[in-house]
Amino acid sequence: MTHATHVALSACPACAAAPSAERLAGLAAGREGRLVLSLPGAHCAACMVTVETALQAVPGVRSARVNLSMRRVSVDAVAHVTAAELIPVLAGVGYEAHELDPGLLSATETDRQGAELLMRLGVAGFSMMNIMLLSVAVWSGAEDATRELFHWISAAIALPTVAFVGQPFFKSAWASLRVFRLGMDVPISLALILASGISLYETWAGGHHAYFDAAVMLSFFLLAGRYLDHRTRAIARSAAQELAALEVPRATVLTGGAEVVRAISEVAVGDLVRVRPGGRMPVDGVVVQGASEVDRALLTGESLPVYAGPGSVVAAGEVNLTGPLVLRVTAAGCDSSLHRIADLVAIAESAKTRYTSLAERAASWYSPLVHLLSFSAFGYWMYATGGDLRFAINISAAVLIITCPCALGLAVPAVVTAASGRLFRKGFLIKHGTALERLAEVDTVVFDKTGTLTLGAPQPANLADHPMDVLQVAVALAQGSSHPLAMALTDAAPPADVTDLHEVPGYGIEGTWRGARVRLGRAAWCGAAEVDVTATYLALPDGSTHVFTFADSLRPGAEVAVAGLRAQGLAVRLISGDAAGPVAAMALRLGITDWVAGALPAEKAAAVAQMTAQGRRVLMVGDGLNDTAALAGAHVSISPASALDAARVASDIVMLGQDMQALPDALRIARQASRRMVENFGISAAYNVIAVPLALMGMATPLAAALAMSLSSITVSLNALRLR
Amino acid sequence: MEILSILIPVSLFLGAIGLIAFVWTMKARQYDDPQGDANRILTKEWDDRPKPPGA
Repeated sequence: MTHATHVALSACPACAAAPSAERLAGLAAGREGRLVLSLPGAHCAACMVTVETALQAVPGVRSARVNLSMRRVSVDAVAHVTAAELIPVLAGVGYEAHELDPGLLSATETDRQGAELLMRLGVAGFSMMNIMLLSVAVWSGAEDATRELFHWISAAIALPTVAFVGQPFFKSAWASLRVFRLGMDVPISLALILASGISLYETWAGGHHAYFDAAVMLSFFLLAGRYLDHRTRAIARSAAQELAALEVPRATVLTGGAEVVRAISEVAVGDLVRVRPGGRMPVDGVVVQGASEVDRALLTGESLPVYAGPGSVVAAGEVNLTGPLVLRVTAAGCDSSLHRIADLVAIAESAKTRYTSLAERAASWYSPLVHLLSFSAFGYWMYATGGDLRFAINISAAVLIITCPCALGLAVPAVVTAASGRLFRKGFLIKHGTALERLAEVDTVVFDKTGTLTLGAPQPANLADHPMDVLQVAVALAQGSSHPLAMALTDAAPPADVTDLHEVPGYGIEGTWRGARVRLGRAAWCGAAEVDVTATYLALPDGSTHVFTFADSLRPGAEVAVAGLRAQGLAVRLISGDAAGPVAAMALRLGITDWVAGALPAEKAAAVAQMTAQGRRVLMVGDGLNDTAALAGAHVSISPASALDAARVASDIVMLGQDMQALPDALRIARQASRRMVENFGISAAYNVIAVPLALMGMATPLAAALAMSLSSITVSLNALRLR
Repeated sequence: MEILSILIPVSLFLGAIGLIAFVWTMKARQYDDPQGDANRILTKEWDDRPKPPGA
């Protein structure tokens, strides 16, 4: 399933098997010693101490260190300690944890690019302060030899600095020029080079004006913006990738009676594959041996487990619940139903990348405009002064410096960083660069039911209807099974003395109570009349039968979230693949009037597409494979961290915690962030409207350039920080 | 104005110290978890003596 992580450009995601094969090797070899867990709930000093102390108490753990910024803990332990052991330990002290892939992690943790940017930022800051010290002296009236000395010292600091810190801009400008495009970095690089060149010439010729401070300041502010941008992306990318790697694409293949574990890409049609209880079907197939029940919730949204015996057709992604199954593979890799859905996602994804962000739209007219202004200033002054090259170049450099895209380069990243930081603290991880802007435009919210509004874990609903002794027998039987319904019953009462427990896969559990046979399981097997809600049945020796019904527990905060969204005036819809009964009950409970039950994956996607065609901006919230196409097709999408890989890959935002309460808040923050971005563009435009005419008239001094640049950069950053 | 010949090297020297300190903090990975480090001073662990390296 992890294939879906690599869908980005490959037409057939499952065929991009090479990276996952490499990862398999990495998982086998690189596991020793280091485990990394995601900790969405950690937020304070006490959390860090609790988690670290709890983990260090586990035998075999050498050390544990929480990284609060990334919300994760890295554990140094001996080889046999697994994440599966540590997760219950953390659950015991009250923290939700997910395992992360250390192979992918090493790639993101040694964040060389970020460190490089930070280093350049530091150097630029150092030079800026020193040059500014000298420039202030010049502005306040240093003359002749003193001014020249100061200019030379400035040059000695500025030239190496610009050469070092400007590299990211030069590289990307060169890259865009080579394909005949005018990117944002072209005017930036031109401004840096022209400003340094002109200033060096002026210094050599003993001129009055040198722009060394402006050149270094320009690179400092732009690097600050770029570093913020990088940091936001790096945090989102690493966490999203790590989450995506929870499931390893392996299958247990039976060859000549022996079990061999293979990558899914190497499984062929006709192979026999064994799936243990609790495991997920790696391929599409037909059951040839064994009987069990399968949970299709993630694939179709059905909440009731379905019986599977010899001859049953199962699809990749379904979960085997009770008994071991042997499947004959009918489709693997590219052809499996799982990957057909992944293909749909890949198509929808490419449509999504066509969304141009506010910054991109601004940049697309900004670069040509700046070049035009600068060149026409050059042309005009060449003509007006009768060919005074030095003066004309001075003017055009001043124009380039003054129109510096500090606001463009800093305004948007500052807002995005502030907003994603706030959302991250509320448990939302922004995966996609433009997701925040798209979230701000949402007017319709579509929810999936199973696993999204509910936790996908059944809770007994009618325990009070049963006499205590009946309940005790049921609990005793339930303790013999790992079926989700049985697990939900185990804590209901103290168990009765039932012996000789054994599970009949696909049917239920059987035992001996007071010398007679008792059964807990499917209706027909227990001789009970079937009811139309999720239920399990108990048959007692006296021939009586009892029905235990279950309701899926509501996700914490779901009610608050739906009420909050409606209060914001958004249309809320519920589209589920589940049967009408449970969907109607859920809709009633949450106050959603607009609901659809029994929707197939394609119907969900079509419903979203139809709303989009009507001009609505849809936010899709879903977790299952059946939601994947709809998630990818929606304007913006959110999935819980418990969702299947494919769904998380398809969505723009991942909800890290269990609680959904903050969802309306997230939309509010997104809208506020969008407003701040527009405000920031306005602020920087206002500075340019004042400063550019001065520069064009040849009245801009280095002091004016420095003032315009620093004032506009500081104002936009402060405006970004106003986000609440 | 002769004082400048002392003051300028002094200011550059001080600035360079700051730069070197910055490079050192970067190499020592002190910017990996700013939030965690800010919170860690509030815990009572290792208040009596420094945490031994590697523990």
